Amino acid sequence: MSLLVVEDLHKRYGKEEVLRGVSFTLEPGETKVIIGPSGTGKSTLLRCINRLTEPDRGRIWLNGEEITSPRVNIYRIRAQIGFVFQDFNLFTHLTALDNVRLGLIRVKRMPKREATERALRELARVGLADKANAYPAQLSGGQQQRVSIARALAMDPKLILFDEPTSALDPELIGEVLEVMIELAKGGMTMLVVTHEMGFARSVADEIIFMEKGVIVEQGPPEAIFTRPKVPRTAEFLRKITEFYGEQG
Amino acid sequence: MELVFKWEWLPQLGRGLVLTVELTAACISMGAVLGLLLAIARLYARGPIYWLASAYVHFFRGTPLLVQLFMVHFGLAGWGISFTPLVSGIIAMGLNTAAYQAEYFRGAIQAVKRGQTMAALSLGMTWWQTIRYVILPQALRLVLPAWSNELVYMLKYTSIVYLIGLPDLMGVGRTIASTNFRFFEVYAVVALIYLALVLIITFGLRLVEARIKVPGLGAVRQ
Repeated sequence: MSLLVVEDLHKRYGKEEVLRGVSFTLEPGETKVIIGPSGTGKSTLLRCINRLTEPDRGRIWLNGEEITSPRVNIYRIRAQIGFVFQDFNLFTHLTALDNVRLGLIRVKRMPKREATERALRELARVGLADKANAYPAQLSGGQQQRVSIARALAMDPKLILFDEPTSALDPELIGEVLEVMIELAKGGMTMLVVTHEMGFARSVADEIIFMEKGVIVEQGPPEAIFTRPKVPRTAEFLRKITEFYGEQG
Repeated sequence: MELVFKWEWLPQLGRGLVLTVELTAACISMGAVLGLLLAIARLYARGPIYWLASAYVHFFRGTPLLVQLFMVHFGLAGWGISFTPLVSGIIAMGLNTAAYQAEYFRGAIQAVKRGQTMAALSLGMTWWQTIRYVILPQALRLVLPAWSNELVYMLKYTSIVYLIGLPDLMGVGRTIASTNFRFFEVYAVVALIYLALVLIITFGLRLVEARIKVPGLGAVRQ
């Protein structure tokens, strides 16, 4: 059974139709990378999946449970879906440790001691055990993003959504975040990643989705997409983005 | 004309001072609780609750405090609702400062970045948890300097309650002065006591501010 099923998702902001019928599935342990020009609804799609944005139409299932149903407890669902934001969104007033354990204590109602141990383990996993007591403002962008990944991981999510996790980073800080993500993918985490990092997409993704103007233009394994795309638009986009970002992203 | 000062004024003024401090503390706390609810209502509620909260804020900010005090103390009595002067003072000034505090809180809550809410919700937190554990801790830090001003204003504004017969610092000063006709000296002492109190409050709140300060979450000092 697919972990995530997205069926015919539509979203409109005023006159602009951002999503025009998007459908795809995600298998357990799979990493799918969504690529495509800016403003084609990639971020909106991710936000619809944990309903930070309400889709206008279409249905989503997580582990067989329809999460677009009006009867579903969306808070319980969100706790099972990690979300990593482009601009990190660490809680400004909390240390790295508190950022990671807040959800454990308040949402999962875990005892404080246990939550602290868990949070420290997740911080160690992203290589930041020594920064537990640092505030976000005292961390580099790359470190902040790794804390935010630890925050998502601590909740034991069934999948993690990454919304351009390296786009706000200085080039020299991108690598450390990608390394963590590569480790996660290898470890069997289910991931849906919106990114312009073509090197990452090519080497880590099980499948690539190319989106444009609110629809999926083409999807398939990285080798197929990168070397023999079926749709001319995909080829054109890939040529442009490799010119701009370079092969390794 | 020579200046006269009598030590015997001080114990009497001291009793007035206690009342002033109590009154200020009661009003400001009542205003803080009510103001926070009003701010949340104006930011997150829709329909009647939003309109009521907005009307409230506009009414209390748009009319003189003294008029509000007299409406509560003398006006309501005409409807059979009467309070002791102390209760009238607390109610009128508490309601008034609530409107101002609501605006400070609203601004501070709006200054908390939208991404913070998104991140909290994405962890599975409810709206109330998000407000309680993410938005308010940041907003309250941001609001503290502006809120300190409101506390100082309130302390000084309580001096109008002598008009409904309360023996606060100002009221006691007026009584002393009208018996010995040393208006300048007595009111100067009263003024100095207010000043000392304001300095203590200002200094105290700076200590609090420094204590809860977090890197990257700077309060805007005015």
